[in-house]
Amino acid sequence: MNLAMKDLRRQKVSFSATALGLGLLFAIVLAMGGIYRGLVEDATLLVDHLGADIWVVQRDTRGPFAERSTVPPALEDRLRAQAGVASARSFSTATIQRIVGVRSLRMTVVGLSWPEDKGQALPLVSGRHLRDPHREVIADRSLGLALGEILPLGDETFRVVGLTQGMLSSGGDGLVFSTELDARAILNWQAPEAKRVEREGRLARLAVTELDTLSNQDRLRDERFNPPTLAPFPANAILVNLRPGASIEEVQRGLEAWPDVTAYTAQEQRDLLLKGVVEKSRKQIGLFRALLAIVSGIVVTLILYNMTVAKTHDIALLKLLGARSSVVVKLVLNQGLLLGALGYGFAILIAKFLFPLFPRRVLLGPGEYLGVGMLVLILVTLASAAGIVRALRIPPTLILAG
Amino acid sequence: MEAVRAENLFKTYGHGATEVKALLGVSMVAHSGEVVALLGPSGSGKSTLLTGLGLLNPPEKGTIDLMGERVLEDGKAFGDLAALRRSRIGFVFQKSNLIPFLSAHENVRLILALNDQMGPETYTRSQELLEYLGVGNRSRHFPEELSGGEQQRVAIARALAPAPPLILADEPTAALDSQRGRAVMELFRKVAREQGTAVVVVTHDHRTLDVFDTIYEMEDGVLSRAEKTA
Ligand SMILES: Nc1ncnc2c1ncn2[C@@H]1O[C@H](COP(=O)(O)OP(=O)(O)O)[C@@H](O)[C@H]1O
Ligand SMILES: [Mg+2]
Repeated sequence: MNLAMKDLRRQKVSFSATALGLGLLFAIVLAMGGIYRGLVEDATLLVDHLGADIWVVQRDTRGPFAERSTVPPALEDRLRAQAGVASARSFSTATIQRIVGVRSLRMTVVGLSWPEDKGQALPLVSGRHLRDPHREVIADRSLGLALGEILPLGDETFRVVGLTQGMLSSGGDGLVFSTELDARAILNWQAPEAKRVEREGRLARLAVTELDTLSNQDRLRDERFNPPTLAPFPANAILVNLRPGASIEEVQRGLEAWPDVTAYTAQEQRDLLLKGVVEKSRKQIGLFRALLAIVSGIVVTLILYNMTVAKTHDIALLKLLGARSSVVVKLVLNQGLLLGALGYGFAILIAKFLFPLFPRRVLLGPGEYLGVGMLVLILVTLASAAGIVRALRIPPTLILAG
Repeated sequence: MEAVRAENLFKTYGHGATEVKALLGVSMVAHSGEVVALLGPSGSGKSTLLTGLGLLNPPEKGTIDLMGERVLEDGKAFGDLAALRRSRIGFVFQKSNLIPFLSAHENVRLILALNDQMGPETYTRSQELLEYLGVGNRSRHFPEELSGGEQQRVAIARALAPAPPLILADEPTAALDSQRGRAVMELFRKVAREQGTAVVVVTHDHRTLDVFDTIYEMEDGVLSRAEKTA
């Protein structure tokens, strides 16, 4: 006869409600792990996707994901001339926040090096990759943009031709992929008025030099004129891929001799990202998680202990009738395990249906589920032990007292 | 057959200033098929004797034999007292006898389950016992849905379930009106006669003494056999 279940027949609602409450706690413990894994995944997603062997960035900076890094796109040519280098492409990225229609969209623009990279390797959920070197973008679904939607950025408009899922920046913002040239144009765009003011400035600066001729003034007034002595829009990094058989360390060492750049292997760039973006969150999340586990433990213990106290009379009667200790132990333990199992079940349901609605990715693998499952098992077993100790101390003669 | 024999039981509660000598050399016998009454004023030691016989509250001196077998001697147990309780002794108390979250039928079946009897025959036996005690139509009810008299009948059915040689009842009718109280006492007699069980009942109700075969009286921890006057 399963006394634990028979006892619960009459308190289905309150027991389920208790389990649901515990389930919420367990779900948060689960979420903490998933959020951490999501952070790591988001942080390294782009680096992994871009697949460079070496990241060449502005000297002594930690690269475009850590801080502002600018390099001249012409650096590509110098790198291509290096022994062991198969390809070099400029890379630009920055997070921008723009009003599109009525929405305020925060997105991270990423430049793909046309024509090699048209976004073929991106996991598209609908649409296609880039076909035109200009005015096409692939956007992440999290931005809420529709296929074919027109995205006005700067004085250009861009058509959304493809949608990805789960492509987020380390800050959790949806990625927008354009060609590298478009990306640089978007990120460096200036309003016509700003350009006009800049032209005025150039004329003023020209006026104090010996180049201040009428023809030069006319050129500077022409808005299509771009002085060849001015640098083009900078890129944020140059991505280098090596020839088969070339040693990454050797090429990196060679580049370290260059006074204007710093070179990181992809793994180093990845580690930098994790240290910068994730490290603090990891500690915080870990601490929070440990606290939650402790709180859950205390709550479960109190619940099971009180359930045992509420059954004091029944347990005394069972003992008086000659029940073995195992009968009493099972009564308490089965309810503890059931409470844990039910709570864990609710936690999984919450994880399945609620977590996907969270603004940041909650990445849960079998490891997380198993880990939290074990934690729940340990918690309810320890908590049941407290109830069992109490139950075994109840004297059978208690029945006679009242 | 002597279902239970107690010899020279002594029981003391507490020590020093709060010491209470509850049993002072009590001896008694109850035979199979016999209904025994334990009378006596409140605080005289009746419950102490009954829980001593029930192996719940072992006296520190004296012996108790169940069905001719020594189970207690000077506070020392022979065998597993809990096992003896669940298989050899049926208990009925004044109230709160039943597990509240089990139906009448399950309360009876529980004691069989505690004795490792789980088969389908336990369902029939429980139902038959409830019918035997006149509460067959109440088998699916929970204790709180039963009247006091019905609860006691279910408790007696449970006490009978493992067919124990001895049933101990401590003021089982105290919470019932006299008519229902008498009916319960008569049930004990019927059980003793038909099942061959020895039944020891603590009671205050002198009007039902005609039901009993033997009457003991307790006075300040001393037990004596009383003549039947009724
Ligand atoms: N658990 C106990 N601790 C201390 N004294 C007790 C305990 N149980 C009973 N007594 C004392 O032992 C005496 C006999 O009690 P009891 O056997 O309950 O008498 P009765 O059942 O005849 O009323 C009383 O004086 C009572 O106060
Ligand atoms: Mg008493």
